[in-house]
Amino acid sequence: MVPVTWYIALSAVLFMIGAAGVLTRRNVIVVLMSIELMLNSVNINFMAFSYMLGDMTGQIFTVFTITVAAAEVAVALGILIALVRSNKTFNVDEIDALKG
Amino acid sequence: MNSEVAAFFSPGDFLAILPEMVIAGMACLLLLVDIAVPRTKKCVVPALAVLSVAVAAWFSYELAGSGVSAFSGMFVLDGYSDFFKLIFYIVAVFAILVSLRYIRTEEIDLGEYYVLLLFSLSGMMIMASGTDLLTIYLGLELASLPVYALVGFLQKSRKSNEAAMKYIILGAFSSAILLYGISLIYGLTGTTQLAAISAALVTGDVNGPLFTLAVIMLVAGFGFKVAGFPFHMWAPDAYEGAPTPITAFMAAGPKAAAFAVIMRVFLEGLYPAYDSWQMAIAAVAVGSMVVGNITAILQTSIKRMLAFSSVGHAGYALLGLVAGSEEGMASVMFYLFVYAFMNLGIFGIVIMMRKDSQSGDQISHYTGLGKSNRLTALAMLIFLFSLAGIPPTAGFIAKFYVFMALINKGMVGLAVIAALMSAVAAYYYIRIVMLMYMREPEKEFALASSRGLLCVLIIALAAVVALGVYPGYFIDLARYAAFPL
Repeated sequence: MVPVTWYIALSAVLFMIGAAGVLTRRNVIVVLMSIELMLNSVNINFMAFSYMLGDMTGQIFTVFTITVAAAEVAVALGILIALVRSNKTFNVDEIDALKG
Repeated sequence: MNSEVAAFFSPGDFLAILPEMVIAGMACLLLLVDIAVPRTKKCVVPALAVLSVAVAAWFSYELAGSGVSAFSGMFVLDGYSDFFKLIFYIVAVFAILVSLRYIRTEEIDLGEYYVLLLFSLSGMMIMASGTDLLTIYLGLELASLPVYALVGFLQKSRKSNEAAMKYIILGAFSSAILLYGISLIYGLTGTTQLAAISAALVTGDVNGPLFTLAVIMLVAGFGFKVAGFPFHMWAPDAYEGAPTPITAFMAAGPKAAAFAVIMRVFLEGLYPAYDSWQMAIAAVAVGSMVVGNITAILQTSIKRMLAFSSVGHAGYALLGLVAGSEEGMASVMFYLFVYAFMNLGIFGIVIMMRKDSQSGDQISHYTGLGKSNRLTALAMLIFLFSLAGIPPTAGFIAKFYVFMALINKGMVGLAVIAALMSAVAAYYYIRIVMLMYMREPEKEFALASSRGLLCVLIIALAAVVALGVYPGYFIDLARYAAFPL
């Protein structure tokens, strides 16, 4: 049997990869995918803990996280379409009308 | 209903969420109403939105003080949640009223605007009542998602789209951090219910690096939501790009809701581990006051300046949490109550300045306002004094009670830093007063006043003055509403 710590380690690695992607990638779509990766690492955590504790709460939480993540991406893509129409770019470095 | 389901919730539980159901239900209905009514009768939608807030407020009033805990302890109706819901109702109604003319000027007069505001309101109400990390998370997302869309509501404006994109990416990023913290807390304590987490912290041995990591992630995640340093980078951009009524709404509503959740999580769930989070919150608070207030001095755009000022105000309010006492909690609640009025008031005037080609976004646009429009300038003066914390306005009393809570807990150092930073803050607020009164106007002012906007300004002005002169009743109310530690 795979010990719980392996799952936690996997989730920590995924979370770091996701966070690094958000902070370093320049393409908005890739940034959104990286956020998705972070959320999925959280789901692995919840499932592993739920299995370890023999408690359903973690699994229920995961279902809600997946749902909310889908809603969040829907809004983000909607905003992205509006942004690309006005800016004609996917690169976050070129989106710079606001600064100070 | 079969017996297994009945064990988790009873039909009576739905009574407890009646106000939330009214708001969410009316938001869905308004989408249909918006299609049904002809273009010339569009004022029906905001009128119904205000009406539904009023109905929800009435239900909340009827349910107040019942102390019901519904859905197996996931949702509670206590004085604390009632007090915050009062703030949210006021902010939502004000936001609708100040939008009426503005969204016609900006040509974004769509029914969805009010629908999204109502959805956000229902999310904030769930946040205030949530006593389980799951309910709190869902409420947080329900409050945030509509605001992301509202920030980008000026579809033709590059700034607005950009602000929305930055806001949603950083918002989702912070949610992920918050969730990771929640998952660790769940793994360490075996529960997501705040009361049970608190009990597990008292009995079990849950210290160690993993718990510290969980606390840091919760502080970071919530820090983003209240725009506290160093998680405030999104605030100036989102505030500047958003339609001004939405900026006002964001700074008063979702922010107060985030504070409601922070205090609930840290003072109810994690209170036994007070020593492990007190320093982290204190660092965020001091950083927010210093960076927010000093950066605000450098701004030329009034919306950006108010964004940094709101970062500073978040710092003051967090100090009440650092105090970790019931008095501290009550002082934060009173602070947020006062902040809602002065914030909506000052943004009301910024909205008034937006007419035809005049944007009213820059601080320099207010040059000489005192010479030509005396009453408007006087109202602005009072709101600015209140934000700066000058007596006899409400802003002074609010700061005073936070400082008192700190001093009573022996944290004099923090109170001194906070007082020094209010002096810095006074500089950039009073600079605007100088511009308004000491300079000659460059051109005629065109003010876009409307009945809704004037109504908000008068109520906000009365509240700021009345709460400053006679704060007793509302301070007692906040004390009474604070949950026992």
